[in-house]
Amino acid sequence: MWEYTDKVRDHFFNPRNVGEIEDPDGVGEVGSLACGDALKLTFKLDENGRIKDAQFKTFGCASAIATSSVLTEMIKGLSLDEAAKVTNKDIADYLGGLPEQKMHCSVMGREALEAAIANYRGADKKKHELEGNIVCTCFGVTDREIERVIRENDLTSVEEVTNYCKAGGGCGGCQGEIEKIIQKIQGDKVKEAAVSTPRRSGKLTNIQKIQLIQQTINEQIRPALRAHGGNIELIDVEADKVVVAFRGMCAQCRMAELTMKEVVEAKLREFVSQELFVEEDKDSADQQHNHRE
Amino acid sequence: MTTIYFDNNATTKVAEEVLEEIRPLFCDLYGNPSSMHTFGGQMGRRIRQAREQVAALLGCDPSEIIFTSGGTESDNAAIKGTLAAAPNKRTIITTRVEHPAVLTVCRDLENHGYNVVELGVDRQGRLDLTELEDRLDDDTALVTIMYANNETGVILPVERIADLVASKGAVFHTDAVQAVGKIPLNLSKSSIDLLSLSGHKLHGPKGIGVLYVRKGTRLSPYMLGGHQEAGRRAGTENVPGIVGLGKACELAADNLEEENSRVKFLRDKLEAAILEKCPDCRLNGDPDHRLPNTCNISFEYIEGEAILLMLDKYGICASSGSACTSGSLEPSHVLRAMGVPFTAAHGSIRFSLSRYNTEEEVDYTIKKLPPIISRLRELSPFVVK
Repeated sequence: MWEYTDKVRDHFFNPRNVGEIEDPDGVGEVGSLACGDALKLTFKLDENGRIKDAQFKTFGCASAIATSSVLTEMIKGLSLDEAAKVTNKDIADYLGGLPEQKMHCSVMGREALEAAIANYRGADKKKHELEGNIVCTCFGVTDREIERVIRENDLTSVEEVTNYCKAGGGCGGCQGEIEKIIQKIQGDKVKEAAVSTPRRSGKLTNIQKIQLIQQTINEQIRPALRAHGGNIELIDVEADKVVVAFRGMCAQCRMAELTMKEVVEAKLREFVSQELFVEEDKDSADQQHNHRE
Repeated sequence: MTTIYFDNNATTKVAEEVLEEIRPLFCDLYGNPSSMHTFGGQMGRRIRQAREQVAALLGCDPSEIIFTSGGTESDNAAIKGTLAAAPNKRTIITTRVEHPAVLTVCRDLENHGYNVVELGVDRQGRLDLTELEDRLDDDTALVTIMYANNETGVILPVERIADLVASKGAVFHTDAVQAVGKIPLNLSKSSIDLLSLSGHKLHGPKGIGVLYVRKGTRLSPYMLGGHQEAGRRAGTENVPGIVGLGKACELAADNLEEENSRVKFLRDKLEAAILEKCPDCRLNGDPDHRLPNTCNISFEYIEGEAILLMLDKYGICASSGSACTSGSLEPSHVLRAMGVPFTAAHGSIRFSLSRYNTEEEVDYTIKKLPPIISRLRELSPFVVK
């Protein structure tokens, strides 16, 4: 059960300003049914250009509804320049905090507000504009959006980024890329990752070497291939020759040869031994294999 | 405020009779059954009795019962123990709708070089047995398929599956955590090799479970370090848990008929009323092959957690397959495997009843739920008036 503050509960059970303003000055729509939450924000300005009325409609969990409700209260009376400065953190703070895994609700509120302001200022698209390049294909999150939540909320881990904007929370295939964005922005601030990375060692017995190869495939290589519907299987190890087979999408992929050198061999050399070279086992590629979508 | 508990597939109330049985086992009769003295040794008799009570419910021999710490341990022990005992076979067949205690274990084994086949289900959550037959081969070490699904209550044809698997020489395990105590089982007439059950799903204590191992099934022990359970599961026996589970199984056998008549009547009444009173909702799962206590309904255009919190305000406990309640960002893997659209999966609610529920509770819920649904739909941008 989520630990919601009294203020969140109050705004969930008694949401303010529910509805859609007729003939609004600004409309902002973000989210979708597929993502699990969506918000439509409408506002009307007074003669001085301040927000006179704001209303919302939200599909989503309790914190999504509470966030939308409190957002409409926060922006009433503000000029658009003032409203544009509202951050997701302001919204969360106003509610007395949100559970970490629910911070993306406050980001959704800020995005809807931005979209509505942009809509008023001439961009006649009501939908939230995507800026930058898509990083997380599962939830449609761009690098710009990820950079922004990292900066505004001082985030230092992939898990936190997922909590704030959902990126990385689906198949997980983009987690490496998110990690790089965090590194770029936070630099030294990033805590030493505690993940167990296989350690290279000069002297390995044959069994240790095979185990290390398998572990590297499991932890370093397979997740990347899985994200694209593929898979890899270790077939054999003969001295420094590692024989693997591609499965699923990788089996038919024309990029497979490149992947073999750039990803598989590079990772195995990094984590196991510089001497290794990789070959594909073509014989087993024709076998029937099961893979997840 | 009184609590109306419709979340019995998550856990159940410990029966008063069970509590009475185990109360003396903490401060008075706390001995270790492995001890040489009478004080400890006398506990062996209580464990024997519990083993008989469990065997009676399952229709098997008491020697085929191994006590574990719960359903998850039983599943782990069955899967890993079978593979360890069949080192030449590398394929596991399971389904996409299994509980994580099975599915996560299988996917982890994939990282250790096993070939894992995940069978899909149709829109009602049913398996295609011909697909299973096609996939079964000489390399198949284990087939693990649940007896009944925890989210939808759909009962899978495990007896037929067990015969099929036996004819191909593989081992068959079933996670029957949701089925035991709700529908009749008779393992003496079945080809099931391994079966998991959990105490706290049938009004017994938490932290106790059983792995049924049919005589002659090859299984390597999973937990090492002691001679308990005939060397098949090491560790000092959880005597209160075991005795409690034994009593719970005895009560379950006595109440099986009520479960399939009165509890089913209550479930049907609740379900029919919701489907009638709430527009745009749909039943998830095969309506004809379901546990008598479970009902899973999707409410379109609204989100499950919001429904749960509003129900909670009235003391009504249920659960949801929505992303927000699953602790992840994606909705229930079971509903997605069934092809339930996202719009409906996010708004799914499971009601799971028990023999402790009353008709008043059902009537109260029928009264309270429809206004909650229409209230949340007023908030939804996807509902156009």
